Amino acid sequence: MISLSEYLILGALLFVISIAGIFINRKNLIVLLMCVELMLLAVNINFVAFSHFLGDINGQVFVFFILTVAAAEAAIGLAILIVLFRNRRTIDVDDLGTLKG
Amino acid sequence: MSFEKFLFYLFAAILVGSALMVITRRNPVHSALFLVLAFFNMAAIWLLAEAEFLAIVLVLVYVGAVMVLFLFVIMMLDIDLATVRAGFIKHLPVGIVVAVLMLVEMVLVLGPKHFGLTKYAAPEAAPADYNNTAELGLSLFTQHLYALEIAAVILLVAMIAAISLTLRKRPDSKRQNVTRQHMVKKKDRLKIIKMPAEEKG
Repeated sequence: MISLSEYLILGALLFVISIAGIFINRKNLIVLLMCVELMLLAVNINFVAFSHFLGDINGQVFVFFILTVAAAEAAIGLAILIVLFRNRRTIDVDDLGTLKG
Repeated sequence: MSFEKFLFYLFAAILVGSALMVITRRNPVHSALFLVLAFFNMAAIWLLAEAEFLAIVLVLVYVGAVMVLFLFVIMMLDIDLATVRAGFIKHLPVGIVVAVLMLVEMVLVLGPKHFGLTKYAAPEAAPADYNNTAELGLSLFTQHLYALEIAAVILLVAMIAAISLTLRKRPDSKRQNVTRQHMVKKKDRLKIIKMPAEEKG
């Protein structure tokens, strides 16, 4: 049988892959957004696995809401990306220093 | 090794492989397509964990909507592929070090010692008439109704925000102003002049 730790380690593996992706794709905002999606997916598998092993449906309800928020975030992120590209003709993260933050 | 376990490891291997391809491909279109593969395999793993409704929702919402949106944006923007890869090698060692450190820490915590089958016994398979969708719906529409309404409002806000961010008024475009068209009076447009009749040559 598949144990809980196998699900959790798979989630951890996906999470660190997407963190490495955020580190190495500093120039490409689209791939950064994809890494964030992958990260949310890695978190969701923890909820699904615990929901399965504890017999509690509330974990799946949480995944449902995370999927909702992730879809909203992707839509707004891509809209911001389009406006950015229209104004600056680039999606390089290093060029986004207008606010001097 | 049971067949279920074989399936889990197969899907997990494809999932991790496609996640690695997502972060290393040069072309963002390839990255997006590998992300689609990752979502499919994740849906299969969720099916193994008896979360059938969420597995289908993942395929429908993510593969069907979000990734199509990603692909649409990638193909609409004219990205210079040469410049987006600069710095890849520079940041690679830091990324690998951080990733390996986090992975080792998490495996130490999440390993079989604390979350193995002895601590958390595998649950019995659900009976044949078990309905995951009905169960989830019952919980969503009774216990979590308020959160569901807030989620609906979040989606509405996201839709309005995305439209209003990307909407632009072009000064050179010839648009119809319906209100002004309706407000127009006959005397604004039509001028009646008197002139003598022309005789046929």
